[in-house]
Amino acid sequence: MTQLTLGRVTADRDRLRRLLQDYGVYLGVAVLLLVNVAFTPHFLSAENFRTQAVQVAPVLIVALGMALAIGTEGVDLSVGSVMALATSLVSLYLGYGPWIALLVAVAGGLVVGLANGSLIAFVGVQPIVATLALMVAGRGLALVLLPQLKQVHDPGMAALGSGAVLGVPYLVLIAAGLALLTAFVVRRTTFGRQLLALGDSRPAARLAGLPVRRVLILVYAASGAFAAVAGVLATARLTASDPTSLGTLMELSAITAVVVGGTPLSGGRVRIGGTVAGAVLIQLLTATLIKHDLPPSWTQIAQAVVIVLAVYAARERGKR
Amino acid sequence: MLSVTGISKTFPGVRALDGVDFTARAGEVHALIGENGAGKSTLIKVLTGVYRPDPGEGTMTYDGAEAAFATPLEAQHAGISTIYQEVNLVPLMSVARNLFLGREPRGRLGLIDFRRMHRAADEALRELGVRVDVRRPLRELGVGAQQMVALARAVSVDARVVIMDEPTSSLEPREVRTLFGVIRMLRERGIAVVYVSHRLEELYEICDAVTVLRDGRAVHTGPMAGLDRLRLVSLMLGREAGEVREEGRTEFTGGHQVTDAEPVLSARKLTARHHLREVGLDVRPGEVVGLGGLLGSGRSGTAKAIAGALPLDSGTVVVAGAPVRTGSTPAAIRAGISLLPEDRKAEGIVPGLSVRENIALAALPRLSRFGLVDEARIDRIVDTFIQRLRIKAAGPHQKVGELSGGNQQKVLLARWLAMHPKVLLLDEPTRGIDVGAKAEVQRLIDELAADGLGVLLISSDMEELIEGADRIVVLKDGAVVEELTGEAVTADRLMRAIATAPVGGPA
Repeated sequence: MTQLTLGRVTADRDRLRRLLQDYGVYLGVAVLLLVNVAFTPHFLSAENFRTQAVQVAPVLIVALGMALAIGTEGVDLSVGSVMALATSLVSLYLGYGPWIALLVAVAGGLVVGLANGSLIAFVGVQPIVATLALMVAGRGLALVLLPQLKQVHDPGMAALGSGAVLGVPYLVLIAAGLALLTAFVVRRTTFGRQLLALGDSRPAARLAGLPVRRVLILVYAASGAFAAVAGVLATARLTASDPTSLGTLMELSAITAVVVGGTPLSGGRVRIGGTVAGAVLIQLLTATLIKHDLPPSWTQIAQAVVIVLAVYAARERGKR
Repeated sequence: MLSVTGISKTFPGVRALDGVDFTARAGEVHALIGENGAGKSTLIKVLTGVYRPDPGEGTMTYDGAEAAFATPLEAQHAGISTIYQEVNLVPLMSVARNLFLGREPRGRLGLIDFRRMHRAADEALRELGVRVDVRRPLRELGVGAQQMVALARAVSVDARVVIMDEPTSSLEPREVRTLFGVIRMLRERGIAVVYVSHRLEELYEICDAVTVLRDGRAVHTGPMAGLDRLRLVSLMLGREAGEVREEGRTEFTGGHQVTDAEPVLSARKLTARHHLREVGLDVRPGEVVGLGGLLGSGRSGTAKAIAGALPLDSGTVVVAGAPVRTGSTPAAIRAGISLLPEDRKAEGIVPGLSVRENIALAALPRLSRFGLVDEARIDRIVDTFIQRLRIKAAGPHQKVGELSGGNQQKVLLARWLAMHPKVLLLDEPTRGIDVGAKAEVQRLIDELAADGLGVLLISSDMEELIEGADRIVVLKDGAVVEELTGEAVTADRLMRAIATAPVGGPA
């Protein structure tokens, strides 16, 4: 009898943990919103929401690609450097018009992603090592192309950075569009299913005849392209190209957003909605602490606490 | 020297060892044999302190005194050395450093005295008849030489018991000779050697005594000399010759309608280093061909090679008259070959995905348009197979990892049947699944053959093999030794074939 009740209690606790893991991030966002509504002056203004959303957009876009990489039991550390590379390329090619500059920048990100993917899929290098190599090389290349900060004076870029449709900034629209696209790809395409399968069990995927290499290469190519888009958008918003500092530590923010959003590092699962919420959660957390005049170091500690909580909630799944 | 009496080890739901007696005597090479899951590795792990035996049952004595090792390190310090199949040394360190890892000779200031270490290492290896530069990193050595280093390490730590787990599985014949020389030397020094292997020739050549494990029990212990080969095989497989009932133990009806048609699958001269030597076989449409042999005889390797999952050095695979590129799983699948792997959990199912996604996995490209998944078609196919194979799940969206073994196997079968294969390779399709599901899977194999599929069946369950197969190709040490057809498909003939020495000598 005791055994039986015990079993039921653990089952209940398991369910609770699973709920927390799946929806905890939304709960966190809700709590932070309520706290801010109650205690932060001028929080409930359209202007404030716009600022927050614009700030979170590049992080979110990078996190989308990161979620795909993590879904294959990998990681992409080169995203920050790809942003830097993108900002250098944009600056260099703006003479040919903003569209050309944007295309060149995204192509640059794709090339870095393809290099990552090829190292991982064909050479068999661990994702963390391969993308670390490209992280170093990418930033180096960015600085060779554009050794120092350069102001961007281009009406097109300025419009991209600060324009809006019906009060919604372009940046936010683009981020939302890419999030929807990624969610669609994960849920509805062959590629998405294959990605999840090989993330969950590489040997089984191989024996089932899945194009493991192709999927891996595409995943890292997508991550590179997303990071490049984020780099272009960040450049447009700041109206400056700064390859020295743009995107530094971006890989950590992106990984945090993905993990806090409930995507397990062990692969086989990609939660795009959770990733969006994860990015928003971290943005809100930072904003809250800053608004209440706490030093920036507190933000980092708070982020650390959130990560630990997320990993704790995901613990059981890893053990299975 | 080292002995256990009445020892047991229980895991949740499994009694891996059940009252086992085992004694390794000084100056004796003792063979420990048994099929998969017989309890060999568990026994070794109990002997070496990795597992603790069930308390209150049985005793363990070492060197005349009662002993219990809490950790592998404790067992090592007491003088029990283990050499695993996969050498567990540090590949990037030099040979000498590996030999003396953790007990390096020290000079003044406590620094490693490299000169002394290199000299001592050189001597230790020379004694074993191995000449290598001890300064080179270990990984530059061949597998055989690495094993020798492991052995030299075992000997130089003053081991009194040396346990070898399939030491010859990746050695060249010449290296096997060296190894045997070393084993004989250990025996003369009064060291107790426990030798795990499935190669009968080796056992007869090097071992003095043998213990056969089966289903967690020691079913036979005695001297190696004078033990009949056939008797040894039947002890391992758990069947007295002639005892196997050939009717009614399984769901197989036997005798499929085999046409004289051209073979749907023919494999020729499949050769892969350390795995296969010129294996050839044919499967005709509607035929179930069994692969017989002991563990490690190359049964799974043959299946994997045909399915493109084992790289081949040479050999050809032809499906329905068309040659298939070897070494490529997608190519094999496109040609109509489907493999149900032996390790269902690690290589078959994708545990975190649903029943539905698992069934659709291999066929996804066919069930999509422009890369978009056609959900309605998948639903139809999944529903069909769940009904046809009677897959018991809470629904198509339940995770496969949560299903029973039998239902997982059915999901995998469905995954492949959705591909409309021409050839099905089934590696232990009924191992570890309950009786009911087993019967269903067997019935299904019959049905599929009746539908004209060519089936290659691997099974350690003798009844299943004898009753299921129309023909049995017997493998030994990676080569085909005999083919049993028609009336000759009996347990007796199968065991005789396994027990007979191969023509070419050991691999």
